[in-house]
Amino acid sequence: MQTPSKSEAVRLASIANELRVWIIDMLEEAKSGHPGGSLSAIDIITALWFRDMRGADPRVPAADRDRFILSKGHAVPALYAVLAKKGFIGVDELKTLRRTGSRLQGHPDRVRMPIVEASTGSLGQGLSVAQGLALGFKLDGKTSRVYCLIGDGELQEGQIWEAMMSAPKFELSNLCVILDANNGQIDGHVSEVMPIEPIAEKWRAFGWHVVEINGHDMEQILEALQGARELEKDGGKKPVFILARTVKGKGVSFMENKIEWHGAAPKAEDAKRAREELAKLQNGGHKHG
Amino acid sequence: MAKATRQSFGEALARLGESHPEIVVLDADLSKSTKSDLFAKKFPNRFIEMGIAEANMIGTAAGLSFTGKLPFLCSFGCFLTGRYDTIRLSVAYAQANVRLIGTHAGIGIGDDGHSQMGLEDISLMRALPTMGVFQPMDAKETDLLMDFLVNEWKGPAYVRLTRQALPDLFPANAKFIPGKLLQVLPATGKAQVICIATGATVAEGVKAAQALASQGIPMAVWNAHSLKPFDEQTTLSLAKDAKLLVTVEDHSVIGGLGSCVAEALATAPAHAPLLRLGVQDTFGESGEADELYEKHGLSANQIVRRVQLALKGEFAEATRGPRHHA
Repeated sequence: MQTPSKSEAVRLASIANELRVWIIDMLEEAKSGHPGGSLSAIDIITALWFRDMRGADPRVPAADRDRFILSKGHAVPALYAVLAKKGFIGVDELKTLRRTGSRLQGHPDRVRMPIVEASTGSLGQGLSVAQGLALGFKLDGKTSRVYCLIGDGELQEGQIWEAMMSAPKFELSNLCVILDANNGQIDGHVSEVMPIEPIAEKWRAFGWHVVEINGHDMEQILEALQGARELEKDGGKKPVFILARTVKGKGVSFMENKIEWHGAAPKAEDAKRAREELAKLQNGGHKHG
Repeated sequence: MAKATRQSFGEALARLGESHPEIVVLDADLSKSTKSDLFAKKFPNRFIEMGIAEANMIGTAAGLSFTGKLPFLCSFGCFLTGRYDTIRLSVAYAQANVRLIGTHAGIGIGDDGHSQMGLEDISLMRALPTMGVFQPMDAKETDLLMDFLVNEWKGPAYVRLTRQALPDLFPANAKFIPGKLLQVLPATGKAQVICIATGATVAEGVKAAQALASQGIPMAVWNAHSLKPFDEQTTLSLAKDAKLLVTVEDHSVIGGLGSCVAEALATAPAHAPLLRLGVQDTFGESGEADELYEKHGLSANQIVRRVQLALKGEFAEATRGPRHHA
């Protein structure tokens, strides 16, 4: 894969912003859900599915694709938006989020929707499942890579640290973990509820290759993902940890860094304001491109 | 020859590993105790040592199953099922095709005491949708169960195994039919009492039946290797003509075999009374296994005494057990 160009980054940032609007629309329609963490994660998830993940195309057989697990399952509206934009699910289906009978469950459900790979939503579990996939691919000599997006509040779960310990032991260089470090959780800021810093030093001490980026700078995201892929290609043994510093509610001014938008859906008036802001952001983005 | 079901499991796993390259085995630093080491020695590349971190082992096994592997993950039953939320979401909800192997079932482990005894594991696993729950009574049945779990069962399953050796009981010409009760000992004459036991306590039931027969109380003994799915149909037909049903299990009486039978009987308009023997809503403790069976009412001797009490209608006395820290 060639070094991502600046114009490629601009194109993907524009897609991510369009999907921000879709996220707002979905949550408004569903009348519940988690905007804060969806908006902080959307740039990363867009980069993965639109550029980095091999075979992220509905026509590629599932067995040959790279895999993505959303361990912070409450951000699943961001993933649904990406899957709809990619054509894995219908755009109209997004309106069924959280409805009775819909496969767009409030948290990822791999039985109803196999492409989400793992059923998550109880925090701390997705990384172990991702590790199992990566290990299985290694055992079979397959080249599929596994990506896992976790949240920073999620680092408070003990199971994460168990997986942090074991992935380097198994030399899972085909595993790439991305931390959506938005410093927000339900009861407040992560730094107050239960401090977890210094994050980078901790992962490094556990044996991971650590890269720290701005999780909303598309060029940095693409560069970090490509770096992880090249590390494996060059015979690296370490799994990769990308510490992405993000803003909860990114892109909608009145949601940014506001804990109350962790798990509250926008009502009509808020949704309208959010769409207007995002439209401005989109136009601004194009100008710079 | 008497053999611990964990030993039979380890041998069966090593045997099945040859014809089933998809089998991988995970253990959390207890492979010598769970007997997964028998597989590890033969197939070191398919044995995954996870260290003392059960939740991560459970999630990793789920992920492995999604790549087409058939993971067996092994630990003591209490440690595995203690990581309930991970089993619930990563395995059961996701319908991951994994086999959870919980050894060191019940107070029968003896000396090590309360913290190592799986006493609520059946109850916990049975409550999870999609989860199969099985407990073999001897070496042959363990072997047959393993064949079934590798060749036929789809989705998650929990298997409960003993530390201690158990005598051979599987009848020579019997078939292992998953989900069905198996008669191990017919009553001498028309059965007044139906004993349904599971795992280690089937042998106690058989000894008790022999003692009761000499007192003119015919008791048939049935074995429940499948706790989920459970054979409600046979249970109901057995309950029709009996004077008393008795369940015996080295497990809490809450949520285990006794509850399976009670739930089945509850649908019948009229049925024989049910005596539920097992660990009577208390924790385990250190001691000699046979002394603990006597103390907690699971020995053949205690089954005889308690059946006699129940036949007289004295259920409070028949189910009396030691209280926690009393």
